Amino acid sequence: MAKYILKRVATSLVTLFLITFMLFVLVRVMPGNPFPSERMSAEQIANKRAEMGLDDPVLVQFFRYIGGVLHGDFGKGTSLYFGAPIKTVIATCAYNSFSIGGIAILEGTAVGLLLGILAALNKGRFLDGFCTVFSILGVCVPGYVFFILLQYCFSFKISLLPYFFDPSQFLYSSVLPSISLSLFAMSIIARFTRNEMVEVMDSDYVHLAESKGMTGGLLVRRHVLRNALIPIVTVIGPLVVNLLTGALVVEKIYGINGIGKLMVDSIAGQGVDYNYVLALGILYSALYIGTMLLIDILYGVIDPRVRVAASGKGGA
Amino acid sequence: MADTTYTPVAGDFELLTGRDVVADENFASQGYWKSVATIFFRNRRAVVGLVLVLAVIALAVLGPLLSPYAYDQIIRDPVNEATVAKGIAPPGTAQGPFAGKLFLFGTDDLGRDLWTRTWQGARVSLVIAFVTIFIDMIIGMSYGLISGYFGGIVDNVMQRFVEVAVSIPSLVIVAVLAIFMPKGMGLVIVTLLLTEWIPMSKIARAEMLKLKEQEYVLASRTLGAKSMHIIFRQILPNTIGPIITQMMFSIPMAIFTEAFLSFVGVGIMLPQCSVGSLISTGFNNISTLPYQILSPILVLALQMLGFNFIGDGLREALAPRLEDM
Repeated sequence: MAKYILKRVATSLVTLFLITFMLFVLVRVMPGNPFPSERMSAEQIANKRAEMGLDDPVLVQFFRYIGGVLHGDFGKGTSLYFGAPIKTVIATCAYNSFSIGGIAILEGTAVGLLLGILAALNKGRFLDGFCTVFSILGVCVPGYVFFILLQYCFSFKISLLPYFFDPSQFLYSSVLPSISLSLFAMSIIARFTRNEMVEVMDSDYVHLAESKGMTGGLLVRRHVLRNALIPIVTVIGPLVVNLLTGALVVEKIYGINGIGKLMVDSIAGQGVDYNYVLALGILYSALYIGTMLLIDILYGVIDPRVRVAASGKGGA
Repeated sequence: MADTTYTPVAGDFELLTGRDVVADENFASQGYWKSVATIFFRNRRAVVGLVLVLAVIALAVLGPLLSPYAYDQIIRDPVNEATVAKGIAPPGTAQGPFAGKLFLFGTDDLGRDLWTRTWQGARVSLVIAFVTIFIDMIIGMSYGLISGYFGGIVDNVMQRFVEVAVSIPSLVIVAVLAIFMPKGMGLVIVTLLLTEWIPMSKIARAEMLKLKEQEYVLASRTLGAKSMHIIFRQILPNTIGPIITQMMFSIPMAIFTEAFLSFVGVGIMLPQCSVGSLISTGFNNISTLPYQILSPILVLALQMLGFNFIGDGLREALAPRLEDM
């Protein structure tokens, strides 16, 4: 197991390094002017370039940049938030994004699991049908359709909840964004749990347990849920990806100052802020690769069968 | 000893009616695609999906043609040029200077006909999705088939590349592309081209690994067929089912990505419109003209539902389990 984990960690780090290198080279080598302001003279631009070390060979720049990143220094933006170090800007935004994302994951998992379990226990009845419709809608209809409708209904039509997110009233104003963000996770987890439970409930060992006289809550808890929950770890991957893109839209709709909005700001404005694109690109890739790594390891920890299979073939 | 030579008469038998009767259908005598079609069309949900998609495609083609207005035309009162037909709510039979004119979906905040714009937007989205996914299919299929067929070091190198490529979130690809590409349709297309071939290649490779050990491949190799001939002429036709199924899931993905990018503001630019950019403007005006967002959202949702249903139906029809037969 230790060997397997080590190998996975090593490949993830190599992948991240390769991606960082690719991003850096693309951002530095591709044509385009990082200083789109028309008020800057050629001389000023030259000075600025020299100050940022843009005239050195790309490899030198790259290792200087990596050195900085390892110390937590991402440089400064070229057109966004002049003067402020990217690190502090990202730290502020990441706090907002991660707290709302975290709540959303908790909500999505809790409600999704509950809905899935209830649907499986009431198979073929109303609740099951409701769960199916809900998950089909959640998977097929883009999330932001729901976000906009939620905001329109609960903030605009009935002023129940605030229109925009406000960090000073965190709990109150994070209700709508986090629910919006959790819908996709909720529907996926609900559908997955339901299908797994139905399958496990029809398996031989559950029938055996039933024939031995075990019923009700104990049976569900001890035999059905334990095995049904294992594969749910696999759906975490797509959920995180969706959370990354979903956060972008949710942050736009609810005016949250998060990393998704920062990403949009750095590309959607007049000019593109090279350094923010780079820093956020690395951050997003790291998040993504880190999650994938975590899922793989978690899967091995939870399900011993995977561990055996993996070590039998020497990892991979 | 009892008489065992009793001959049954008609009255001894009872005709079963209702749900107990299971009609036996013989699939063995049907062609492969015919049985796929039979199972597909028996699936109610898949048929609904097909109808939805065909309806949206038909309206996307016909809608703008049926309308007297161009999609970027600001409708003005012929008498007083300064009066613009803006903010007419559906089902737009407006009073005043525009009386008698029909705006089925209403008009937008600038006085453009939303019926025309919505279907024009659906047209743009569909064209982007179909074209990019078709190209992605060719790239991904070739990549996966070649990687799977040769195996060994070729496969290893090609799969490491896929591993790196799949680890870059598409958002990051968009951001880097935005540095040296103008925002707009091109950016959306290139992003889709760079991301959506990967699932195709994975499926093609898995199919190849399954098929390459079969006898017919060995037979052609013995007869001296070249690798490329075996890959593209002999094996490819047998992988087409799963690939088409994947396409049905990739197309809504592409539509969604386009809508998402346009909504965020790096996709389709004005006065061009797509479903995503229409939702974006609708969202900006939601407090004053709330109906403006309804038609693009409905069209988008119906498209996504339709394609997903077709995909599900195809997947079941192509890999039928015993109980479906």
